[in-house]
Amino acid sequence: MSSPAIQAQAVHKWFGQLHVLRGVSLDVAAGEKVVVLGPSGSGKSTFIRCLNGLEAYEEGRVLIAGADLKGPKKEAEAARRKTGMVFQAFNLFPHLTVLENCTLAPIWVRKVPRKQAEEEAMALLERVRIAEQARKHPAQLSGGQQQRAAIARALAMQPEIMLFDEPTSSLDPEMVGEVLQVMTELALGGMTMVVVTHEMGFARQVADRVAFMDAGEIVEIAPPEQFFTAPQQARTREFLSKIL
Amino acid sequence: MSAAMRPPPRRTALQWARTNLFATPLDAGLTVILSLGAAWLAWSLIDWAVLQATFTGESRSACKGSGACWALVTARWPQLFTGFYPEGHRWRVAAATLLLLMAAAPFAMRHAKAWTYLLAPAGIVLAFMVMGGAHVLPGVPSEYWGGVFLNLLIGVTGAIFALPIGVLLALGRRSNLPIVKALSVGFIEIVRGVPLITLLFMASVMLPLFMPTGVTLSRLMRALVVITLFEAAYMAEGVRGGLQATPDGQREAAKALGLGPVRTTLLVVLPQALRIAIPALVNSFIGLFKDTTLVFVIGLLEVTGVARQALADYAWQGKDVEAFAFIAAVFWVVCFAMSRFAAALERAPKVKPVQEPA
Repeated sequence: MSSPAIQAQAVHKWFGQLHVLRGVSLDVAAGEKVVVLGPSGSGKSTFIRCLNGLEAYEEGRVLIAGADLKGPKKEAEAARRKTGMVFQAFNLFPHLTVLENCTLAPIWVRKVPRKQAEEEAMALLERVRIAEQARKHPAQLSGGQQQRAAIARALAMQPEIMLFDEPTSSLDPEMVGEVLQVMTELALGGMTMVVVTHEMGFARQVADRVAFMDAGEIVEIAPPEQFFTAPQQARTREFLSKIL
Repeated sequence: MSAAMRPPPRRTALQWARTNLFATPLDAGLTVILSLGAAWLAWSLIDWAVLQATFTGESRSACKGSGACWALVTARWPQLFTGFYPEGHRWRVAAATLLLLMAAAPFAMRHAKAWTYLLAPAGIVLAFMVMGGAHVLPGVPSEYWGGVFLNLLIGVTGAIFALPIGVLLALGRRSNLPIVKALSVGFIEIVRGVPLITLLFMASVMLPLFMPTGVTLSRLMRALVVITLFEAAYMAEGVRGGLQATPDGQREAAKALGLGPVRTTLLVVLPQALRIAIPALVNSFIGLFKDTTLVFVIGLLEVTGVARQALADYAWQGKDVEAFAFIAAVFWVVCFAMSRFAAALERAPKVKPVQEPA
């Protein structure tokens, strides 16, 4: 039996004196979709950023498909390569075209020949339905198109796991749908996903499990029906009563 | 058709003048006084520089009129532009100038290909070979090079070599490695805190002491080393501003895609940072070009040095105003051109023209 896609074990992190992650543990099976909810400052973004090495954690272990993020250099690199990340602010490279955004890392990191990288990128842009924007620069695209381009850019590295850090939070409301649509299709395709979001509809429809984080801990984790209809913890009920 | 949709009425020149120049009695008064003043200034200048001026002659005694004595410039122009380069070989100065301009060209272009920047040092080396002879042409030691050409040579060489050093210093200053950071900060702060003229003096005396025995550096080389390092310290601060203005999200996105620190810097951060730094860098380039006039203090005959020599000649004594007005005009043309090119670069759309895939 293969190891789970993600195994986070008792992860602790401090920002100076501030104890932002207080022993977070989470196993995500291959193909599973986990949505992480929580108030701002609960550590959910920090946690997801620990899963691909953007943030260092001080204690605990993170294994990505069995490879330790703090293991020997090669193992850590392999672990990092298995995840792709989508950011709240898109973080597309403004000096490159959409196509170049999607081929930069494949060419330089995966060492794919340019022509093949472009073909792969075009197929991905087709998949997120912005192939016709490939030669434009990010600034010429709407927010929703930019975020879809960012998803394509992450997929171009052929990750096994996709991490989403509030992917729709900086979008105008009318563009949220098109991004969630792409994410839902990705989920249906069998991608392992960890999504930090405030989109309750997405959590209900797509998630296999919903985790609620508060004050640096996972307070409760459960399948969506149970999570939304019969939350066990008082803090979860309080949070849900505010947002639903 | 509603009033809101009507296009604004076309205004005539008279209407424009009325709203912008003669709106109130005070406006009208200021307009009249300032235009009269400007017209008087312009007329006096033209009268002195052109109408009453003398353009040719063998010495100041040829200048009888009340206007400018440009005879100095016309009689000495080969020296003013080429220094004391041997007469029959002045074409080499022209060729070297062309090579320098070609070396600098990619930096003034909107969408220069990356490899053209790499040709810049080659163009400079070629310019030095054409000037020096490189064992093919008759050798002309750098003591004979001079005039505006020398300013251009030092300016372009300094700029092209100072830029990469400045980028490295800026990256070093933001490095996490304490030694690298300390060295970068130390170098930048010390060099920026010292007048260039003192560094030039020290280089002409001290640099030879550090050289291995048997190796001598010409005065020109010493000046180039000092000016390049001096400008690098200034450019480093401009580049650092650009680096700071590039959002952290860019580095994070690159890291998340698996790009290492070197590729992140070269492919993602620097292209954005340098674009932001253009105004600061152009400021440095213009300062650098003007600073090249300081090399006369170590005995190099750049254009102001040539002019001083000419003015020391009895034949041209007292014609300082014309000599320096001419030099000022030459520098103004070059610096203004740089500033225009830079403005065009800044305005250049971030977007390359859309090319249809082949």
